[in-house]
Amino acid sequence: MVARSARADPIEWIPVTTSADVRRRWRLPNWVDSFLWFLRLAAILVLIWGVTGTVVRGINGEGPTGEAWRDLVIAGIAQGAMYGLIALGYSMVYGVLGFINFAHGEVFMSGAMVGFFVANYLFDAGLWESNFIAALLLVLLTSILTSALVAVIVERIAYRPLRNAPRLIPLITSIGISFFLQYTFAGLFGVAVNSYPPPPAGLRERVNLLGLEIEGVKLLVIAVAVVSMIGLYLFVERTRIGRAIRAVAEDKEIAALMGINVNRTIVATFAVGGAMAGVAGTLWALLFRGVSFITGFLPGIKAFTAAVLGGIGNLVGAMTGGLLLGVFEGVIPQLVLGGLGIPGVAQLKDVVAFTALVLVLVFRPTGLLGERLAVEDRT
Amino acid sequence: MTQPPDPAAAGLRGALRWGLTGGMIMVFAAAVGMVQVFDESRIVIHPVLSMGYLSLFWFVPLAGYLATKVKVLEGMTAPPTGLRNVMLGALSGLVGWGMLAVFTLLINAFNLRDIFVKLSPKLVILLTFGRGLGAGLALMALAVVLLSAAGGALHLLSRPWRRAVILAVEWVAIIALLESVFTQVLRQLGLIRVGRAVFDEGGVQWWAALLIAVLAGGLSLAGSKRSGPRRNRLREFLAPADSRRRTRNSVLAALAVLVLLIALPQLMGSLLSDLLANVGLFLLMGLGLNIVVGLAGMLDLGYVAFFAVGAYTVGVLTSPVSPRFDLGWSWWAALPVALVVSAIAGILVGTPVIRMRGDYLAIVTLGFGEIVRILFLSDWLAPTFGGAQGVLNIPGIPLGFTEVRGTNPQAILYFAVALVIIAAWVSWALQESRIGRAWTALREDETVAAAMGINTVRAKLNAFVVGAILAGMGGALFSAKIGSVFPKSFELLVSMIILVVVIVGGMGNITGVAVGAVVLIGVLGGPRQPGLLQEFGEFKLLIYGALLVFMMLRRPEGLVPSVRRSRELHADELTQDAWLDKGASVASTPDPARPGGEAS
Repeated sequence: MVARSARADPIEWIPVTTSADVRRRWRLPNWVDSFLWFLRLAAILVLIWGVTGTVVRGINGEGPTGEAWRDLVIAGIAQGAMYGLIALGYSMVYGVLGFINFAHGEVFMSGAMVGFFVANYLFDAGLWESNFIAALLLVLLTSILTSALVAVIVERIAYRPLRNAPRLIPLITSIGISFFLQYTFAGLFGVAVNSYPPPPAGLRERVNLLGLEIEGVKLLVIAVAVVSMIGLYLFVERTRIGRAIRAVAEDKEIAALMGINVNRTIVATFAVGGAMAGVAGTLWALLFRGVSFITGFLPGIKAFTAAVLGGIGNLVGAMTGGLLLGVFEGVIPQLVLGGLGIPGVAQLKDVVAFTALVLVLVFRPTGLLGERLAVEDRT
Repeated sequence: MTQPPDPAAAGLRGALRWGLTGGMIMVFAAAVGMVQVFDESRIVIHPVLSMGYLSLFWFVPLAGYLATKVKVLEGMTAPPTGLRNVMLGALSGLVGWGMLAVFTLLINAFNLRDIFVKLSPKLVILLTFGRGLGAGLALMALAVVLLSAAGGALHLLSRPWRRAVILAVEWVAIIALLESVFTQVLRQLGLIRVGRAVFDEGGVQWWAALLIAVLAGGLSLAGSKRSGPRRNRLREFLAPADSRRRTRNSVLAALAVLVLLIALPQLMGSLLSDLLANVGLFLLMGLGLNIVVGLAGMLDLGYVAFFAVGAYTVGVLTSPVSPRFDLGWSWWAALPVALVVSAIAGILVGTPVIRMRGDYLAIVTLGFGEIVRILFLSDWLAPTFGGAQGVLNIPGIPLGFTEVRGTNPQAILYFAVALVIIAAWVSWALQESRIGRAWTALREDETVAAAMGINTVRAKLNAFVVGAILAGMGGALFSAKIGSVFPKSFELLVSMIILVVVIVGGMGNITGVAVGAVVLIGVLGGPRQPGLLQEFGEFKLLIYGALLVFMMLRRPEGLVPSVRRSRELHADELTQDAWLDKGASVASTPDPARPGGEAS
């Protein structure tokens, strides 16, 4: 660099040939690049090898049946819909404030936990069986309100004073908040796993949809998630607050100059993100039923992965990323690792998710649909 | 910036605000079960105060004090103090009591136990001192108001007196809470009768508390009279501005600690030695993480991965019953292999993340930490690493005349201290070297560092590898100490706790990390290791989380800050101070046009 720009500069530079220059001249990659290329190649090879193995096994009549694959994909979509809902919160906060709200997983958990008590009460009162839709709506409402409230309180107490701090400081704070919330919930509601009442019998059967047999609960989960996502999208694109959120995400200072109340908009962002996490909390409980104080941790990290996968700050990206991650997580252990002959692939689900995160950031750090960051966070 | 303050309104607002905060903290402590659990476990001052009531009331005097505290910037005159401070303090107490009273009445009237598991009738008894609702609440009001008024009254004292009172309270608390250490040491010194007389059921007798308070307060007063104004001498000793003196002082402090550490294991029983050995283990890893986070500025949340790699390597190589190999190597032969393997792991994890943004790096390393644990746990690698059972029967460290292992905590402690000294020396030497300066430059500004000719990729990888090696060393020690390794010991929690140790102690500062490890791991305990206050068990992580948030909000540079780091984090305050200094000379000639100071 130095040697090349010397001519334009009045100061006489001594030309220095560095190893970097040699590499550039001979177009040699430096060794970090080589390593990353090796990683990419290895990932692709493993993928091809594993898929081939699975196909061969399929031809030989081994491995999962077609129906098993279908169930894996649908379970993946249901799971991914929830990741997408949680990812929206990460993505919006990152877009607006430029830091990872590590405690968002706990926001999700808080909705599911408090929702449990309402669900349990409704079950005892009989409403859960007699009018499931009304009961579900009540639980959803509780869950949404709790999660949004927790998110807003956390923002007020912990994040607002750190608005202008170096980027890692709010991240570390949010890790502390995450622990604090987990063990506060453990202290308040106990450490036991709270089991939601089972969904009514009709939902446990399979429903035929366009020739696909889908479990009713999963269909319901996917439907609610899709409706909420569309609702959020319309909210952000069409309403006044949504426009304010987009403006603040674009540039806080200019937004403030345009008469937008930045603080209130940031609170709205946290509230909306929390509400989506609350929806995800209820859906999670419908699908898996068991909820405890540590429920939020893994889904939280994975949802962040989903947000990065789709492109952080990008709402459609977060939803897409969530769905993709859910399907990857459901299918890849069988499809790739199973094909490699690895035993106990179901245990490696989380490994697949985290590897996906690493690979996304190596292959395409701005995510599949491109990231949208505030002016001050762009590099 | 704000309206000229109306003292009455501001005071009321302060009292209300801090009263509500205090009330919230009291209700929180009661609702998560601290009051109940701690009440059963420990007495602080013999007949008067149990740990439970301490957890309930600790913030009340502080709230009373903070209610009328005004931040006096340079160039401002301190507001006059008087009865007002006491009254407003008491008012804040009254507000807090109101919240607690409503809470008590609520749990007395309704059975909320199905939802909030800790709200039992026993809690009501505790909150009313077992004297029925009316008398109990009145008594509670009296206690809370007196405490908060006392907090407010602190404003009335002159500086040395205030310091003396605070020191007296601090010393009583420290000695009472560290009762087990003191009784143990007294027993070893043959003074067990003194110990029995002074300490009781985990706390001190009331007369001893009084004695300690008078002694500590008196000494503080005498000290302040003799040497005039002084500002926290210990901190100045540990981190003076002059770097040569800092080095000398650090060496002196290290020597003192060393002598103490050689003597301590003999004075402490095996239980306390084991506890201190845990402190050493976490300090070892804290020093490693300090290089990655504190010096190079990369937030590594998956640090536990290297710890696990070191522990598993030693386990697999030395255990005679390791699932795949039965090499049965000596610990000394396995150690270099473990360090090399950890270093390789450091490179493998470090290379892909090196170009990432700081926060992405944090999450990806966290992912790596989980990946490593899940792989060790998985059926796939179970033939080598034993799956959930892990590797058992790991022998101790043969050391000529003896074998260092967990059953002999004193030996482990000595060994851990030796390793910590090596690690501290390595990180100190690196910090002062060319590499260390490159790390600092990198942390401050990566672009500028690159422009200055620093190979940022290599510098970052160096940090990762050195950190990984130190964690691997910790792992090697851990597997010899515990005698078995299994995935449960390597949860993400471990990384988080090491991170808290580094941050609370003071990022980028070796002494700070040591203080953090002793205070946090020693007193509160590690992820699976109990600390001195064992009853904190279920609330340990709650406290860790709260502490992390508090430190980030109030004191991001840590308890014992590194000079450079605190300068960085408080840059705007320093400029503000400089501005005020400049303003002070101007303000000394009063400006008739602006009577109320600055108005916005």
